[in-house]
Amino acid sequence: MTPALELASVYKAFGNTSIIRGVNLTIEPGTRQALIGPNGAGKSTLFNLITGKYPVNSGTIRLKGEDVTGLTPYDINRRGLSRSFQVTNIFPRMTVFENIRCGVLWALGYRYSFWHRADAAHDATARTEQVLEQLNLTARRAMPAGVLSYAEQRALEIGITIAGGADVILLDEPTAGMSHSETEHVVQLIREVTQGKTLLMVEHDMSVVFNLADRIAVLVYGEVIAHDTPERIRADARVQEAYLGVPQGVA
Amino acid sequence: MSAPAPAAARPLAVADVARVGVLRRYGVWLAAAGALIVLPWIVRTGAAVPIMNQMGIAIVFALSFNMLLGQGGMLSFGHAVYFGLGGFIAAHALNLAGRGGLYLPVPLLPIVGGLGGLAFAALFGTFSTSRAGTVFSMVSLAVAELMAASSLIFDRFFGGEEGITTNRAKAPLLLGLEFTRDRQVYYLIAFWVFVAAVAMYAFSRTPVGRMANAVRDNPERAEFVGYSQRRVRYISFCAAGLFAGVAGGLFALNYEILTAENMGLNASGAVLLMTYIGGIGAFVGPVFGAIIFTFLQSMLSDYTGMWLLYVGILFLATVLWAPVGLAGIMMLHAPAWRAGRIGRLVAPYAVVGALGLVAAAGIIGLLEMIHVVIAADTPSGLKRMFWTTVNVRAVTSWLVFLALAAAGAAGLRWAGPRAATALGEANRPGASR
Repeated sequence: MTPALELASVYKAFGNTSIIRGVNLTIEPGTRQALIGPNGAGKSTLFNLITGKYPVNSGTIRLKGEDVTGLTPYDINRRGLSRSFQVTNIFPRMTVFENIRCGVLWALGYRYSFWHRADAAHDATARTEQVLEQLNLTARRAMPAGVLSYAEQRALEIGITIAGGADVILLDEPTAGMSHSETEHVVQLIREVTQGKTLLMVEHDMSVVFNLADRIAVLVYGEVIAHDTPERIRADARVQEAYLGVPQGVA
Repeated sequence: MSAPAPAAARPLAVADVARVGVLRRYGVWLAAAGALIVLPWIVRTGAAVPIMNQMGIAIVFALSFNMLLGQGGMLSFGHAVYFGLGGFIAAHALNLAGRGGLYLPVPLLPIVGGLGGLAFAALFGTFSTSRAGTVFSMVSLAVAELMAASSLIFDRFFGGEEGITTNRAKAPLLLGLEFTRDRQVYYLIAFWVFVAAVAMYAFSRTPVGRMANAVRDNPERAEFVGYSQRRVRYISFCAAGLFAGVAGGLFALNYEILTAENMGLNASGAVLLMTYIGGIGAFVGPVFGAIIFTFLQSMLSDYTGMWLLYVGILFLATVLWAPVGLAGIMMLHAPAWRAGRIGRLVAPYAVVGALGLVAAAGIIGLLEMIHVVIAADTPSGLKRMFWTTVNVRAVTSWLVFLALAAAGAAGLRWAGPRAATALGEANRPGASR
């Protein structure tokens, strides 16, 4: 089966500092995977390379078999990959409804149309309503997104990401800064909206990782040192060393 | 964040407002059309119709400018380039039509202007819109300078210092319509103002119009939902150039003359001032701004040679104390209006208004006296203002106006925050009616 995402020898340096040092990673379609690693390992940079925000220095990135190396973010998005951001990245002066609709318009073929009335695009409205319902934000639909609470903005962030129906979803720390109950709610939301899709997420909360992920990739100093099932990752000595500085579980 | 209870009550209210909003929206357009039709029969002073023509042209121009600034987040210092080029092209087309080289009836002239503005926006937009923010502003300034230099070089097209004159009476007739009287020209301009305003509003509601807002708010995120920020800006820029050209075409048919000044930095500055004073956050803002600016321009200039200084002060006051503009201020009162509490604001606003008049009288008096002293064209030192005669050489005159300005300013510092608090109270949701 064609992998959803395939990274081969991806390399990235900023100036003299190598951040990503030859990453090879294959994500099978329909799986939920987590990318973990200590601070500064390059997780967000890797996301930025995959989604076209930064160009790679060398290596290739394939999305569903197609080479997307060097494409712009919007080209990659149009090929079915969508991402969220670690720092909330919404359209603050537009309403909650419009935020979601922005994520829907291209995917439904409205493109740069100036011959449709956006409010009369019933398919876009219906899809937007459906996402708002999933996010539990229907009551907030007419508010400017900038005045939502932090947790609501994080939910909106995920909503914009999945609204267009992309089949490869990248979430960058979706539960960062959330309380325990908020985290539980977001995990449930992620499980729901990524049903039948490919998910790759950066996450620090290990309970979220082990709860959601079918497989886990561990990134340390710009290299993937392990990529396996949660049980094997838990038992992996190199992972423990990277995280805790000493090998554990020997006793 | 508000408590769950009012939040749960919200969707109903929102849905109701939306339903009424459909009616209200068309109601506003119908009222505007009605006003355009009856205005020349209501305001019957001699200069009224020419001034309304000028206002109509300014409205289209300012609305097109706000497609960039308010809706797209692009601050242009050279928008008059597209107004002027559209106007010049329209004037040349009208001359060609007058010589029989082209079938172009006068009523269709704004379309020619629009196509001219669109063509040059499509050309200059290719590099103008590659970046947003400061780079965009600088490039717009550079294009304006480029056109100013070109107007000297290509004087066959721009007509040098005299500009290009034209004559709408020589063009072929459409349906036997002549445009020899002010009122006939007024209705032609009014028709195009209405059509252009509807079209610009409609553009703001299309998918690309909505994405212009998205790119303004967060260009990076727009790229990650499939939109090229550059392409979105380019399309908005072309549309803004089109309607600026329509305004230029209206100018050509109204005044029958265009000079390089019409596309110069002053004209670009004027449209920025009027749009900002009216309010860039609401569609109707530039309409208010264009009306106020044109009114001040034509009325104040009868009374003082410093009218532009006063407009500048108004702009400064808007930027400093009311960056949302006139339309934004009106929108701030919507919750109080809906709750029926707008009456509570009459008293505090009357105090602010009175103190504002006192301060304004002081400042105007001082500025006018300075003008008399510097211009030195009044040997007597006597200046008529405020229904009396002021002696510029008397110290008391200066002291009186200084006292008025100081008292007004001090009073505003006291009353201003109180009025703001009163507005906050009146706007607070859930309070008793």
